[in-house]
Amino acid sequence: MKNQKNTKKNEQKLEFFTVDGENLKKIYIHEPTISAGFPSPADDYIDTELNLHKYLVKHPAATYFVRASGYSMEKAGIYDGDLLVVDKSQEAKNRDIVIAYVNGEFTVKRYIIEKTKVILKAESNSKIYSNIEINEETEFEIWGVVTYTIHKNK
Amino acid sequence: MIALADCNNFYASCERVFNPALKNKPILVLSNNDGCIIARSNEAKKMGFKMGEPVFKKKEFIKKNKIEMFSSNFALYGDMSNRVMSILMEESPETEIYSIDEAFLNLNGISEKEKFVKKLRKKVMKWTGIPISIGIGPTKTLAKIANAKAKKEKEGIYSLKSEEEIKKILESKDISNIWGIGNRTTTKLNYYGIKTALDLINTRPKFLKRVFSINMLKTQEELKGKKRYYINANPEMKKNICTSRSFSKEIKEYDKVKEKIISYSMRGAEKLRKQKGCAQTLTVFIQTNRFKEKRYSNAKSIIFDVATNDSLEIVKKTIESLKKIYRPSYKYKKAGVVLGEIVSEQRIQMNLFDKTNRNKRKELMKAIDKINYLNGKETIKVGTQETKKYKFERQQRLSPGYTTKWKELLRVK
Repeated sequence: MKNQKNTKKNEQKLEFFTVDGENLKKIYIHEPTISAGFPSPADDYIDTELNLHKYLVKHPAATYFVRASGYSMEKAGIYDGDLLVVDKSQEAKNRDIVIAYVNGEFTVKRYIIEKTKVILKAESNSKIYSNIEINEETEFEIWGVVTYTIHKNK
Repeated sequence: MIALADCNNFYASCERVFNPALKNKPILVLSNNDGCIIARSNEAKKMGFKMGEPVFKKKEFIKKNKIEMFSSNFALYGDMSNRVMSILMEESPETEIYSIDEAFLNLNGISEKEKFVKKLRKKVMKWTGIPISIGIGPTKTLAKIANAKAKKEKEGIYSLKSEEEIKKILESKDISNIWGIGNRTTTKLNYYGIKTALDLINTRPKFLKRVFSINMLKTQEELKGKKRYYINANPEMKKNICTSRSFSKEIKEYDKVKEKIISYSMRGAEKLRKQKGCAQTLTVFIQTNRFKEKRYSNAKSIIFDVATNDSLEIVKKTIESLKKIYRPSYKYKKAGVVLGEIVSEQRIQMNLFDKTNRNKRKELMKAIDKINYLNGKETIKVGTQETKKYKFERQQRLSPGYTTKWKELLRVK
């Protein structure tokens, strides 16, 4: 510390950088295990960890997670408590599974466009769930398109 | 040209995304203790509710008219803001996030500007459900004025074009509605007979510089269409983080003040780590009610040997500082913690005599942040942190954490 003044002219400020461990962990570099001989063709590839979130969420700004309740779509593989990945950026097409807001309630159904009408179809083994027909008086809005269903098995 | 994109009644709009029944209904969003109005939907504005107004004054009216009230759900608003901003940043070549619900966009190089912002507005609406208004003008100050116009347009877009048109608008624009001009300055300007934006343009620059400041000169030039404020797409990290609150009830006991102040310092430290910064200084302050007879306020600042973002270290120093300024005979109304002189985590000046194992502590902080993120705020806290939070901070009308908590997701049948 005492030398600081004397060396001021040719002093180079030292800066210490700490290594961010988080960024390091995510890149696996496969090094060749044999030091001599034929190089493995795989050495040129650098693998990154598989990221399930990135796989499921194509448009992060437009993707929302929603919880299914009830069994109105069990034949489509959506069960009570399942997690639905909903993409609001997508335009709903015929036969997409959608989240819709109908007459004051959110619902998940299959979106069916017919020549003269639009139907939100329930796909259940139980008869307590009925299709919803959309007419001019229905308060109706498609909220988003369901892109994945996440179901817990264990 | 510069565009200002501003979310319409942002907090109220966020509530509506997950609760469409609120469409076209009056909504109020309340401050931290459910005390004052901090946001209103258009319908509520029309009914005469004012910003900052205490709600208890209108209790009867609110009940009678079935006005929806919400505690401020900042987790939700923050998440929705991130979504809106990320879309703006992706689409526009240069974006400056100005506040939680506003951003300046640089439109230079875009050939069909109105078509561009129209598309942008539509995209934000579709992806997030948040309506935005976009004003276009030659400078930031004029873009802000254009935005106020855009809010009244059906399409939500307004572009200031010809000089004549701008002049006409400025003629009827009250000076208090100009970007960067506050209440006090307005009074002073009015005193000199400057009432509208056009009056300001027609004032001699020398006079403005002498009587007001260089910033007033800049505002004048911006109103004339000369750029004085530029788009800043890479703002430096916040230099200070202040976490403070007014208590809903006055507090006398040392232990209770301590609990409060520790939770502020924990929150501050968490914010600090989020922006990957370390603080060199810490200031703790306490205040009694300013309007009461027996007044006292004091602050204590300390400098850390090594800039830090370690909650435990910050809390320790916070308590030490509080001990020095706390006086038992007062009732306290407000307290806070300021973390100052923030530097990047990567550039800390090491201290040779530092005995703390910083890497180990960093891992610990990461673990704490992760647990709190996954399980909700303040799952893990230091031993003395306040436990019965809701006793003081009421949030009785909080909507679910639709986008931030697994247990509170939107449910669909």
